[in-house]
Amino acid sequence: MGNDLRFLHHQLEHICLMDLSAINPLILLASLMVASTPILLAAIGELVVEKSGVLNLGVEGMMIVGAVTGFIAAVNLDSPTLGFVAAALGGALLSLLFGFLTQVLLSNQVATGLALTLFGLGIAALMGQNYVGIRAPATSDVPLGPLADVPILGPVLFQHDAMIYISIGIVAAVWYVLTRTRVGLILRAVGESHDAAHALGYKVVRIRLLAIAFGGACAGLGGAYLSLVRVPQWTEGMTAGAGWIALAIVVFASWKPWRALLGAYLFGGITVLQLNLQAAGLKIPVEYLSMSPYLITILVLVIMSRDRTRAALNAPAALGKPFHASS
Amino acid sequence: MNLMKTLLGAVAAAAIGGAAMAEDPVKVGFIYVGPIGDGGWTYEHNKGRLAVEEHFGDKVETVFQESVPEGADAERAMTQMALSGADLIFTTSFGYMDPTINVAANFPDVKFEHATGYKRADNVSTYSARFYEGRAIQGHIAGKMTETNKIGYIASFPIPEVIRGINSAYIHASRVNPDVEFNIVWAYTWFDPAKEADAANALIEQGADVILQHTDSTAPLAAAQAKGGVIGFGQASDMSEYAPFPRVSSIIDDWAPYYIARVQAVMDGTWESTDTWDGIGPGMVAIGEITDAVPAEVAEEAMAMKAALADGSYHAFTGPINKQDGSVWLVEGETADDGTLAGMDFYVEGITAEIPN
Repeated sequence: MGNDLRFLHHQLEHICLMDLSAINPLILLASLMVASTPILLAAIGELVVEKSGVLNLGVEGMMIVGAVTGFIAAVNLDSPTLGFVAAALGGALLSLLFGFLTQVLLSNQVATGLALTLFGLGIAALMGQNYVGIRAPATSDVPLGPLADVPILGPVLFQHDAMIYISIGIVAAVWYVLTRTRVGLILRAVGESHDAAHALGYKVVRIRLLAIAFGGACAGLGGAYLSLVRVPQWTEGMTAGAGWIALAIVVFASWKPWRALLGAYLFGGITVLQLNLQAAGLKIPVEYLSMSPYLITILVLVIMSRDRTRAALNAPAALGKPFHASS
Repeated sequence: MNLMKTLLGAVAAAAIGGAAMAEDPVKVGFIYVGPIGDGGWTYEHNKGRLAVEEHFGDKVETVFQESVPEGADAERAMTQMALSGADLIFTTSFGYMDPTINVAANFPDVKFEHATGYKRADNVSTYSARFYEGRAIQGHIAGKMTETNKIGYIASFPIPEVIRGINSAYIHASRVNPDVEFNIVWAYTWFDPAKEADAANALIEQGADVILQHTDSTAPLAAAQAKGGVIGFGQASDMSEYAPFPRVSSIIDDWAPYYIARVQAVMDGTWESTDTWDGIGPGMVAIGEITDAVPAEVAEEAMAMKAALADGSYHAFTGPINKQDGSVWLVEGETADDGTLAGMDFYVEGITAEIPN
């Protein structure tokens, strides 16, 4: 810990001494948002799933299926919008397989989630075989009217593709629903104590299935954002672990929507920043730069969870526990 | 008499065993670092595997495992393959070097072939291609074509093979364009399309109009295409889906002849631990079509260099070349020896970056 802090201090000192004129901070911030959006979408979906008391470790699988279905639909229908719609449907469909196995057949959630990732990677590779090397239709930026012309902030915040705004909108909506509405209260009740919720007459399994489908749809959108905007192309295995980062960010955020946004932007931001610092020829050890997204994520995680009781209170009490109406 | 009987028995048993062996197909395993659909490095190794199947028909059986992480998990994958009866296992990434040596020690009867490493054993061969010859041609084209004089280089891991590529490209780019500058980004991955695309974007944003990559996916080319006005090269595979622009040429690895020869050697019982390092001449490295986006005279010069590299009249590391610190590495006309190249851990003069440890 002490070493990490010393290193960070050291690193900051170096950054301050360097000539960073080569890096345009505006472009950097804009690309930060692009790099963060896939994990943000997947994380906010998984957050809702976990709030309902279900642990779905298949985020990676749902993302890659979203990436491929979104890509196939966008290419064939020549519309990125329809691509994103198809990706959400594809992700949701795959997640319902998980939902059926874990909620109806009561299979183990951890094992089923892991299997879902393997299955998703495999079926995506199969589906995408004829789509390697094909170009996706371009996703256009949607400048937000006069806001886009605001100096400095305009190009950074208000000249993106629609999905970036939608992803932030989803975060806001999830926050609002979870904390300010009856639906959110019911969902949280199911996640805290499915027996109590059941006794009150709520359909635990149905509610959880809906949450799982929402999580799948969000993961699918995140995957499609990779294949349609960030890279943009279809390549087998292209999520390369993003789903696991999303899972970590949910814990990092202690199941709070705005913290998930913070976590995703922090992780994505440092990833992009370190690549830019390298490209600018910064004379600090590259291995540390490369490690920094993980290092800083762990650091923040440690700081945020220093209050043990509060962190534990945030985790849904029924997370990962199977529910059967007879029990 | 008893001894005679025993001997006869042994001979008979050996004969029967031999006959049984002949009918039993040779089982060949492949360990891949990325998915077979990466469109680059692993894709080409898998093409080599398919060529083995086609060449030998039902005399061979091939198995493969893709996306195997470099490290402890690789040992597990290799052990599993060896236990399932593989006779010959190709481990196709640098990071499998120690795992290969470790697993090979446990299975003395199984033959192993490790790509791009430098550790051998009685049952471990190494093989690699002189990719740096292709990098020389790329560097030449890049130096001629850049207008910003900034060339972006997406590197994977700081190992000799990658450093060799950077040096070779830089030497030949700066020879035709002394103002050229290399911006190097270490991605610390062989395959992560999103990160590769981010790296390409970071380099392009800082003025690079040529992107060279030593990672396995086509993502940097997709990023170059999306930005426009930036050229790149196919890496490990032709990546012709991005031709004629932004992909203007490529380095193609052709492993098929080597794989077929090694499987044949196992069948004939002549397999030995060897070290193979072939380049453009023997055909292990091929140069993909140079597209019309490259001016005709530059393409001609590149093809002339390819011919000279192939027939041995030119070596990609021919002096005078100084090391980064200004000390003399090769004097006028001197060429680099394979030992130095295999362990290359320094940049040549003119590159301003530092090699990570």
